[in-house]
Amino acid sequence: MAFAAFGHGGGSGAASTAAPTKKSKVALFLLLPGLIYLGLFFLTPLISLIVTSLEVPDGSGAMGSYAYGFAIENYGKVVTEFWPQISHSFGYALIATIAALLISYPLAYFIGVKARRFPLIQGLMLTLVIAPFFISFLLRTFAWKQIFSNDSAAVTFLQQIHILGPHDYLVGTPFMVIFGLTYNFIPFMTLPLYSILERLDVRLLEAGADLYATPATTFRKITLPLTAPGIISGTLLTFIPIAGDYVNASGDFLGGTKTAMIGNVVESRFLVLNDYPTASALSVLLMGVILLLVAFYAKRSGTEDLL
Amino acid sequence: MARLAQEFIARGADLELVGIRKEFPGFTAIENLDLHIPAGEFFALLGPSGCGKTTTLRLVAGLDEPTKGKILIGGKDVTSTKPHERPVNTVFQSYALFPHMSVLENVAFGLKQRKIEDPMAKAIAALELVELGHLAQRRPQQLSGGQQQRVALARALVNRPSLLLLDEPLGALDLKLRRQMQIELKAIQMEVGLTFLHVTHDQEEAMDMADTVAVMNKGRIEQMGSPEKLYDRPHTVFVSKFLGQSNLFVGEVVESNPSSISINVSGNKITVPTDRAEKHTGTIAVGVRPEKANFHETEPTAQSGVNLIGPGEIIDIRFTGVSNQYLIEIPGIGEVTVFAQNIGKSPVTELGAKVWVSWKVEHSFGLNDLPANSATESISVI
Repeated sequence: MAFAAFGHGGGSGAASTAAPTKKSKVALFLLLPGLIYLGLFFLTPLISLIVTSLEVPDGSGAMGSYAYGFAIENYGKVVTEFWPQISHSFGYALIATIAALLISYPLAYFIGVKARRFPLIQGLMLTLVIAPFFISFLLRTFAWKQIFSNDSAAVTFLQQIHILGPHDYLVGTPFMVIFGLTYNFIPFMTLPLYSILERLDVRLLEAGADLYATPATTFRKITLPLTAPGIISGTLLTFIPIAGDYVNASGDFLGGTKTAMIGNVVESRFLVLNDYPTASALSVLLMGVILLLVAFYAKRSGTEDLL
Repeated sequence: MARLAQEFIARGADLELVGIRKEFPGFTAIENLDLHIPAGEFFALLGPSGCGKTTTLRLVAGLDEPTKGKILIGGKDVTSTKPHERPVNTVFQSYALFPHMSVLENVAFGLKQRKIEDPMAKAIAALELVELGHLAQRRPQQLSGGQQQRVALARALVNRPSLLLLDEPLGALDLKLRRQMQIELKAIQMEVGLTFLHVTHDQEEAMDMADTVAVMNKGRIEQMGSPEKLYDRPHTVFVSKFLGQSNLFVGEVVESNPSSISINVSGNKITVPTDRAEKHTGTIAVGVRPEKANFHETEPTAQSGVNLIGPGEIIDIRFTGVSNQYLIEIPGIGEVTVFAQNIGKSPVTELGAKVWVSWKVEHSFGLNDLPANSATESISVI
């Protein structure tokens, strides 16, 4: 037997020596500033938000006057009353995340894999990806509103080639809101994808081709699984903020009354109508649903350590 | 092993490279390469790094395209086909095992792509051939370097390619494991009867394993032949120094007859048989292997059929276990290396001893080029 010589050399279970588990006071001391900060500025408002979400009108009839209560029904009310806005939030977030992924993956692949031999081009393209951050988020979104305003050349052209009807416009449509959301969050998708694609070992792709896999199969069986962590962090970094976004869908920017998302309702309830329990209940609901979705998603993708 | 060997039917095909040229931006990796490897042969491409041997392999695998020339496998022109369309598999230098798949899935990958029946059973059989059946469910990262190398080998062999390409697959292993793997690899090749194209910079590995060795330098094949022939009769300075060690002497041809020619090196006459010399006139380089040379502490009487030079002085002695290596400085000639086998009664010599060096005329060889600095020199490659 030719291989008998080292057939049993398989003791490769790398025995990692357990790190010293001495919990020193230094560690606690180092954690202290962070813990205090979180306690003050995250936990306290969160508890306050949950308490507010359960409040009831205090009977005085004055705007913004509420008394402590335990009105769980507030949650039922917001779900029935704001169902369209809730579905907009998650529907738009889903579509915009998928659109951002479809645009960002090839872009990140080009920068991280194809441009590897040209560091100058790589650096330039990365700079271009984050360049929008140098201009205010609000200004950029407003600029899109100008570009696609009702009497803009772009809309007139689309009307002339009959993609839009003579009285159809773009601003205020779900399309425009999703367009804005996709545009604004592309860098958050591209950067995590780039960072994992940049480390992709192209020799594995050559091995795939050598083992009779077509380029498409090589992508599906090798590239995609190896870059899955980047896809997961990219989609999370995009989906979560989009679901809570209220700028793009707002009537002042790309949206209209028919495109309002949860964020827009929270904004108007809090700041305009002073209806604090409803706004709080919606906020808590949004947070809870996102948390559940993310937990489910991360578990399905086998990356529990993200949480 | 016999049972397994039957499952890997010999299907080796011959490989032919015709007028291959490969240019990269800024340099030419392969000048003009013609090569024919008969089916079922173990062929080694030997050369230093940057000589174009790995590029040659990548051209055959289809991972790079030649600038000019044709590649034929089993008589079929595959020059313009993609790597996944070629009946070729590669054992990569880095192994390139898929880290997100188990060892078994790695080995079954190629079979699944070609929709071969029962890929898992065949993959397990291949893993058993390399004695790794018990690790099939592990991830490649959990294996040692030697085990990974065998997985890479199984992953390539299981496809029964017409041609198996080996890109320095033993480079990352330690010496002892490398020796063992060389023996295993050779055994597998003989059993499965595939055509192996093995790229290496390790001259011992090439000589030990290959039926035919091609020594490559600067994008060209300098010399090709059986290991014995290459070692016994190197044609160029490069081959004489890349394959083993050589003492080279440069001088003008002063005597020439049908059976032998002699050169004059600072008053010493060195003779080489005519049929062992590439060039017969002008200034030529003549060499002898260090283990073919002897030294003497008293001047021997000159006799025909023996080259004698000296006297010189021993300036270095190295003990390597199987032999003693002596470095002898001979005025007007330079440094000459002599290996004396350690048979328990090596000559009692010490540094500074006055000695003469001799070897049989039929052990000389004449080269067709001259060493770069043109002075007589002893070249050793460690």
